[in-house]
Amino acid sequence: MNFKSLAIFLIISSLFLTCILSIWKIMSTLQGLIFTNLNVTPIFLISILLSLAFVFIGNKINHLIKIFSLSFIFSILYFYFNEASPYWYILGVFLITLFFTNKLKKYSIQSLKEDFISEKIIFDFITLFGIVFFAFVILFPFYIMLVTSFKTQIALLVNPLDFSIDFTKSLAELFKSYFVIFETYNFGRYILISSAVSIGTVIVTLLFAIPAAYAVARLNFFGKNFLSTSILIIYMFPAIVLVIPLYTVFSQLGLRNSIFGLLIVYTATTLPVAIYMLQGYFKSIPKEIEDAGIMDGQNWFGIILKIIIPLSLPAIASVALYVFMIAWNEFLFSLMFLDSPKSFTLSRAIQYLSGDAEIPRQYLMAGSVIVTLPVLFIFIYFEKYLVSGLTAGSVKE
Amino acid sequence: MSDSLSRLEKRTAYTLVLPAVLLVFAIVLFPIFANVWISFKDIELKDIRIPEPRAKKIVKSISENQSELKIIYKLRNSSLIQEIRNVQFQDKLPTNVSPINLDPRCNFQSKKIVCNFGNWQAKYRKNFEITVVNNKGEIIDKKIIKSQKPILSGKADNPLLTTNFTLENFKKVFYENNFVELLLTTFYFTFFGTVGAIIFGILAAQLVNQNIQGRTYMRGILLFPYVGPVVALAYTWTLLLDPNSGTLNALLVNFNIIEQPINLLGQKYITMSILGFEFKLRLALTTVIFFEIWRYFPLAFLFILARLQAIPQSLYEAAQVDGASPIQKFTHITLPQITAIISILFMIRFIWNFNKFEDIFLLTGGASGTRTLPINVYQQGFAVSDIGMGSAVSIVIVMLLLSFMIIYFRLIGKRANEF
Repeated sequence: MNFKSLAIFLIISSLFLTCILSIWKIMSTLQGLIFTNLNVTPIFLISILLSLAFVFIGNKINHLIKIFSLSFIFSILYFYFNEASPYWYILGVFLITLFFTNKLKKYSIQSLKEDFISEKIIFDFITLFGIVFFAFVILFPFYIMLVTSFKTQIALLVNPLDFSIDFTKSLAELFKSYFVIFETYNFGRYILISSAVSIGTVIVTLLFAIPAAYAVARLNFFGKNFLSTSILIIYMFPAIVLVIPLYTVFSQLGLRNSIFGLLIVYTATTLPVAIYMLQGYFKSIPKEIEDAGIMDGQNWFGIILKIIIPLSLPAIASVALYVFMIAWNEFLFSLMFLDSPKSFTLSRAIQYLSGDAEIPRQYLMAGSVIVTLPVLFIFIYFEKYLVSGLTAGSVKE
Repeated sequence: MSDSLSRLEKRTAYTLVLPAVLLVFAIVLFPIFANVWISFKDIELKDIRIPEPRAKKIVKSISENQSELKIIYKLRNSSLIQEIRNVQFQDKLPTNVSPINLDPRCNFQSKKIVCNFGNWQAKYRKNFEITVVNNKGEIIDKKIIKSQKPILSGKADNPLLTTNFTLENFKKVFYENNFVELLLTTFYFTFFGTVGAIIFGILAAQLVNQNIQGRTYMRGILLFPYVGPVVALAYTWTLLLDPNSGTLNALLVNFNIIEQPINLLGQKYITMSILGFEFKLRLALTTVIFFEIWRYFPLAFLFILARLQAIPQSLYEAAQVDGASPIQKFTHITLPQITAIISILFMIRFIWNFNKFEDIFLLTGGASGTRTLPINVYQQGFAVSDIGMGSAVSIVIVMLLLSFMIIYFRLIGKRANEF
């Protein structure tokens, strides 16, 4: 019996369980349950008991029966040490314990004698904890954004921690913030403008980038190497140093407050990435296919249109989606160039709303949900394309 | 024959590349040079509008007699500082209507009144009146007169194009702008943001690279902060961290972890004591750095994960046979394999964080000790409306960036190609 590794096992596993149960408690607090104490110490102690019991019972009884009965006992103890709580909360505790004891399956008195077991225990639980931690830290703000948009000003003032959604309300009541921002603050128009600018940017960028990328990938010309290195350098250059000259020139040309002006700037700033991504893909297309096209008497226009584009549709799709996301999310230029609410993009409109202290925050969050949802949907749906696009166009955001 | 072919190839290449190159040149490279020009000029936001002569038309009846009207033009120079030279005025009258007692500066010909008003000083503001009458004694329709807009033109200097230069902007940048603190804040933000993002990226990649269920979902979720719109994310964080009604403070107070809500984004310093040592932490800056890490560690994660998945499994198996511990496996196999990508990521993220504007602007607006160089460009150029000064700060940024890039290409430029 190795006491050192047993102690490490007990402490680490109990810490893990305590952390998960605390997260559960915090999440339940946000559903309107009133807890004022995390009760970490007693939970930690009963977790140690649980782990200890788990290792000592070992294989003497069937695994399923073991985890069910242990989790049941644990939940009862947990209930005893805590403030009064509804059944769904305890059910959650039970399920978490079940998950936890199931993860303990590979540990027994024997396995605790293996080489490097303490490191393995630490790695195992850090992995588990890391997954819960990262998922929580990343999703939490998105969750708050979504649920805040369904609350009312008064409900948030009464209990700022109660984010439970009241499903007994009518749909019109529930989605009130959304109706308001569409009716009073013209969000329909902003969605249209944002879509027009983003889709326009995608089209124009592709029109410029495909021929240029083809030339860089395939043709020999003076200054080609210079061009491909300068592409890399150009995307290192930040938007913020372009802003003042562009602002002055656009003011004098009357291009401020125009969608066209925004479109030009977005196209120019995404072009280097697009060319860089596309030329890499074009190079991977076998040259013989093009030679066959040349034999058929095609000029470069025909080659690009009939051979290159059909063969590189996946790459073009990923560039298109990537450029769309950059244009949709862009904020700096829309802040600088747009002053009139008539030509706002979604991002600029939300920022404009936030400047008004009278605007309740659930409207702001409803607007945020509207601007976030399309990108997240596109991202989830086309993740495969986009990930390859992101890795290729590494440097631009 | 082959010569003409290669010439054709060249010509084709230039036709294909030129539109893209010209556009990028106009929008990206030209402004960088224009910054140099502007930074040596004493110029403010209000100066960049080219002065215009303007006229507002008002139509009034003189008496009972509807066939006679008075037209008043409120003339003004739109600029408060600049003169407009040689102002020309033109307006059109309906058929059968003509002016009486016309000003000597004007003449009337084929239904048009044309005037030469000479030079207008800055802030010029005067009324100009004419009386018109219907030749046939009929009633003149006011609306028709009113709907006709006068056309004005004049010559004015474009203050951007004059050639008086000054070093004042750079003096102000270095001596009156808290330059050292500005630079330090920028470096803190950049350095810790970059290092933090890479560390979290390594951790997350290491997690996802293991055989866990739902690995692809996890990869997707981890990228959410990176693909989400910055405006939405920054405001959500502001709401979460708000001292009065923010969720985080409310939770911490609720569970008695802190007694008083902390203004995480609005407080410059917080005094911490660890092991009896008291020190001051830049609170708002730290919060902003955490936001930055949260938003950009996914990128580091994605690259490191791609690299990790390319490491041959046989290396780990061999280590297993040799009896290596998990930590040894990490330090002796994983780490050497990812150092190249980490160094590239470090430089790329360093440069990008150095230029970061939106995140800080949306979270704090540059207040409470979060003023970095890019924020300063905005503050000088648009809040103080001193365009010349803003450009000078931009030039400082460009200079620093160029030196980073030289270092970057010297150190790992060759590796960038293999990647």
